[in-house]
Amino acid sequence: MMSDNAILYSALAILGLPLLSYVLTFFFGKKLPRKGDWIGVGLMGLAELLAIRIFISFWKLGDPTHRVEGSFTWIDLGGFKVDAGVLVDGTTAIMLMVVCTVSFLVHLYSVGYMHGDRRYERFFAFLGFFTFSMLGIVLSNNLFFLYVFWELVGLASYLLIGFFFHKHSAANANKKAFLTNRVGDFGFWLGILVFFTATGTLNYFELFAHVHAGTIKGSLLAWAGVGLFMGCVGKSAQMPLHIWLPDAMEGPTPVSALIHAATMVAAGVYMVARLAPLFGPEAGMVILYVGAITAFIAATIALVKTDIKRVLAFSTLSQLGYMVMALGAGDSVNSMFHLTTHAMFKALLFLGAGSVIHAVHSQEMPDMGGLRKKMPITFVTFVVATLAISGVPFFAGFYSKDGILGSTLAFGMIEGHYLPFILGITAAAVTPFYMFRIVFMTFFGKPRDQEKFDHAHESGWSMTVPLMILGALSICAAGWQTADVGWFSRFMVKYDVPAIAAEFHMEGPAAAEHLDTSHTDDGHGTPADTHAAQADSHAPAGDAHAATADDGHGDAHHDVHHTAHVRAMAMSIGAAFLGILASWWVYHRRKVNTAAIQARLSGVHTVLQGQYFFDEFYAATIYRATLWWAAMCAAFDKYVVDGIVNGTGYLTRMMSWVAGQIDRWVVDGAVNGVAAVLQGAGEGFRRLQTGRVQTYLVYASASVLLLVLVYRVL
Amino acid sequence: MNVGLPHFLTVSAALFSLGLFAVMSRRNAVGILMGVELMLNAASINFVAFSRYVQHGIDGQIMSAFIIVLAAAEAAVALAIVLAMFRNFGTVNADTVQSLKQ
Repeated sequence: MMSDNAILYSALAILGLPLLSYVLTFFFGKKLPRKGDWIGVGLMGLAELLAIRIFISFWKLGDPTHRVEGSFTWIDLGGFKVDAGVLVDGTTAIMLMVVCTVSFLVHLYSVGYMHGDRRYERFFAFLGFFTFSMLGIVLSNNLFFLYVFWELVGLASYLLIGFFFHKHSAANANKKAFLTNRVGDFGFWLGILVFFTATGTLNYFELFAHVHAGTIKGSLLAWAGVGLFMGCVGKSAQMPLHIWLPDAMEGPTPVSALIHAATMVAAGVYMVARLAPLFGPEAGMVILYVGAITAFIAATIALVKTDIKRVLAFSTLSQLGYMVMALGAGDSVNSMFHLTTHAMFKALLFLGAGSVIHAVHSQEMPDMGGLRKKMPITFVTFVVATLAISGVPFFAGFYSKDGILGSTLAFGMIEGHYLPFILGITAAAVTPFYMFRIVFMTFFGKPRDQEKFDHAHESGWSMTVPLMILGALSICAAGWQTADVGWFSRFMVKYDVPAIAAEFHMEGPAAAEHLDTSHTDDGHGTPADTHAAQADSHAPAGDAHAATADDGHGDAHHDVHHTAHVRAMAMSIGAAFLGILASWWVYHRRKVNTAAIQARLSGVHTVLQGQYFFDEFYAATIYRATLWWAAMCAAFDKYVVDGIVNGTGYLTRMMSWVAGQIDRWVVDGAVNGVAAVLQGAGEGFRRLQTGRVQTYLVYASASVLLLVLVYRVL
Repeated sequence: MNVGLPHFLTVSAALFSLGLFAVMSRRNAVGILMGVELMLNAASINFVAFSRYVQHGIDGQIMSAFIIVLAAAEAAVALAIVLAMFRNFGTVNADTVQSLKQ
């Protein structure tokens, strides 16, 4: 058991270690032996140990409301005050664990995968930089620093997607990722500003208290929530800003595993889950539908893609859609639960795919086949991850995905919104189909490209060890229990659909109060338990409405909740096996002529292959409008601005010419005239001054004579 | 014929004019000096004449005695200068000695 201070300093050390790794490998990597990869791996290992320690400490404590917060004033400008602070609670502990584990394993994996790369040390430096930024997001206790680190992971993502920047496609992909994220981050920033303007604070728990007290409410709260969610839409690649994630696969595969599957893209989900009380019911509705649609369209696109990494990218999109959908249904616990298990099996899938790509030097599945004998470890771990993502019972993904579908169904049954659940369950059936399509096309059957097959071999230990660890985690990460009762319940407060649903029937501040209810209220517990938990609770959302779940419609909703979970579980198991069976039938037994289906459904195939034409749509609308606007600006620049500038120039030249003429003839004339007159006079008078005294005497005498004459005459 | 003041003044004026003319026109430094002497003497005559006809006393005579002394001193100094000039330039022609002019 660690003291609060020990937890705080450990958390800061976890944040500092990757930064140290980044600085050391960035500046001294080239000069160090082995280009300094051992620094990155070693420091991340250390961070991982600290994360495990914090994790165990919170697990032993078993109090989801316990939190450790430390901060100091960073900027104080009178009305504008920003604290820099660290917040560690159960959610943070989980995220620290997830980020450090995946980052450490990816570091280790990269030793083998990136071996011999020209910018080997730079790769490790960027990995360290990314991990630092990601941990910053996780540990921050206020929106300002969340945003700062949010942008830093964006930068790290940009740098790593474009790691092979000599490839044109990679250079384009990272620009696309960066610009698409800008759109989302713009909304995110607006949301933050609205909250700051309305409440004057950026600290999470102070904000919760303000929402609870009704300082910010109604449509302002709804729009601010949508703004914050836009950050999630950008970073977690939700429809309609999902277009950057498939292209981001241009980055090295370990990067895809770490950033674009396990951690960074989950940052949006983490953010919404962490800030759940800030999202009103209206924003929740937006979140729910965006997530469900993303889950569905991404899963269907994955059906037709042949690039192994692209299929996995769409699969990631689909799973992120699930998490967001759960957030929308108010179930941030299962969302985080899925984030955790997904990080394990999706990182494993990407690393396994990386292992295959490393062996055959191709990303196209038609180039592969029959690899299971050549790469046994990769094969076994990949299948484990596939089973996990498919939602097969007793694998980690089953419990989290089932929780999400259950909550969505419960929400739907109470509110009458069934579409998200239908989209979700369809995606749940499609997911095992395309995942096993990968397995069958890659590892089974006959080699399609004999030359590549002969070249293929199992990867070295630095690549297989991470695979095996992640494989083990993909099986046991859920602890064979749902989030409500398993280890997860020791870290996050259980979720309660009835309380969330009740919000929809309330208005104004009352609704806001119930938002907190959902977080601190134990729906399954007895009232006595609930109140005991409240007494211990450190959350400002200490809760007058604890009894909500137990009075009135609460019981009825409870049953709905239970029924929904049972039904959802049955349906998702059925969907998983149906998908696997169909995939086996189509891609292993080859009983179905895929080409014929493709020909018959050519319209559908075109739409899916074209990824629902989002890119084309943007190209036709936004890009075109942007280019048109740019052309207009250019024309304006060329004709109006340049015209003014050139006209001014011409006018100036004319005026200068006139001024020049005046200068030359009038001013110079006057000056020269004076000089000439003086010179002439000088020439004349010079003759009088002969230097002979006698001459002067003549002048003097003549003058006297003249004076005398004048005197006489006058 | 009665000799009066006008006669003295006329002689004096003539003498002065001659002296002035000599100073103005002579090139020779010695000639110039002689012109100066003439003008001094013209002034002496005037003093004596006025002393005799206008203001009775000895002021005029004292003055002309001063003038004679002064003329002697002047001649001595000026001749010394002319001598130095001759030594330096090998001439007593006032026109050709003009090194200050250049």
